[in-house]
Amino acid sequence: MNDHLTKKLKLKVSAINNGTVIDHIPSDNLFKVISILGLQKMKTQITFGANFESEKLGSKAIIKLSDVFFEDDEINKISLIARNAKLNIIRDYKVVEKRVVEVPDKVIGIVKCFNPKCITNNEEITTYFTVISKNPLDLKCKYCEKITHEHQMVIK
Amino acid sequence: MKKRDLISITDYSKEDYLRILELAADFEKNPNQRLLEGKVVASLFFEPSTRTRLSFETAINRLGGRIIGFSDAGSSSVSKGETLHDTTRMVSNYADLIVMRHPLEGSARYAAEVADVPVINAGDGANQHPTQTLLDMYSILKTQGTLDNINIFMIGDLKYGRTVHSLLMAMTEFENPIFNFIAPEELAMPEEYKLFLKEKGIRYFEHTEITDNINHADIIYMTRVQKERFMDPIEYEKVKNVYILRNQMLKNTKPNMRILHPLPRINEIHPDVDTNEKAYYFEQARNAVYTRQAIIAHILNLK
Repeated sequence: MNDHLTKKLKLKVSAINNGTVIDHIPSDNLFKVISILGLQKMKTQITFGANFESEKLGSKAIIKLSDVFFEDDEINKISLIARNAKLNIIRDYKVVEKRVVEVPDKVIGIVKCFNPKCITNNEEITTYFTVISKNPLDLKCKYCEKITHEHQMVIK
Repeated sequence: MKKRDLISITDYSKEDYLRILELAADFEKNPNQRLLEGKVVASLFFEPSTRTRLSFETAINRLGGRIIGFSDAGSSSVSKGETLHDTTRMVSNYADLIVMRHPLEGSARYAAEVADVPVINAGDGANQHPTQTLLDMYSILKTQGTLDNINIFMIGDLKYGRTVHSLLMAMTEFENPIFNFIAPEELAMPEEYKLFLKEKGIRYFEHTEITDNINHADIIYMTRVQKERFMDPIEYEKVKNVYILRNQMLKNTKPNMRILHPLPRINEIHPDVDTNEKAYYFEQARNAVYTRQAIIAHILNLK
């Protein structure tokens, strides 16, 4: 059996005709990715899979979305919790494009400010950060001006 | 036209600083100028502050403006659970300008987004207090005749002290400043500020003791070690009495040297310094009124 076929058989999740496959999501963050992209509200056919073996991540998750294509701005939001995520754009059952996610320059409304005395943690306010370092991630809050470091990051 | 707020000292350029300092000098010469006649200023103090509130209200009175507001959150509808958003929206309908002090960090930036009228940050928690920085700069300019080539010694709590951080940022806009930091390790100047100075090629020196090193100073900026900034009360007890400036230490300091302190002081400047002509902190507090008149005039384009 050739390698390609083995891989296909191992995939266990049905192929899609047109749409996007998001691969290499850390399994633990699958539901956060779903929430950030608002997939729970989508009406198209979606397949999720978690706890697949992955050489890079140990355990990875996959999302397959029929007839959904993301703008860069939208998909880059998940880069905060799925740094190595890869997108396969599918048309007519074939991968026509591969993309990686990139950390954006601004992070709006996804991350909580680590500072308990920040106004955003005390009133209903959309958080807003400027990314001052991408690796490791350092986010500067527009309001309290404090820096939330990667290890302090909590997704809202 | 986009409204002009003052939230963080770094929102302003060197030109803004110089314009405000020029106006402050003008108000010092002639404090009663009725430029705010017919205008209403909201003074919203969600936490008590004697000096800042009184000097702002004096500034507004001297400009002929009317004041509405409250001096602690207990006497406002905040005690009924009203959000900052709603209080600000409501007050923004009544007043031409909002002066705000709030215990939460970032509250002023948020209020400025919500309000249709300009907002002046009179302190948002441990974050920013830009009007203090401008009056510190005015005091340096008045006593030294320039803001260039100043050797500033910052002493005390350099970790949590927001006034030293803002003053540091502002002074780097001028020619050739030198910074000397004297603090215990627990309260040392944070790395991010030292890195900022390094990147700008500005000289700074760190010490852990007050010695004759202060003989090089043009300005000594003393700060209070604030109990409320410490998570651990034992840490506070360890450092609270470490740096006390006494008259005898000033013997060989430069003739032009002046001592600043944002006040209130507890014990970090011994009362025997008060009669020394180099003690400038009470005059500094008087400069607060002129500087705040200048800031209001700048923001509302009154002059």
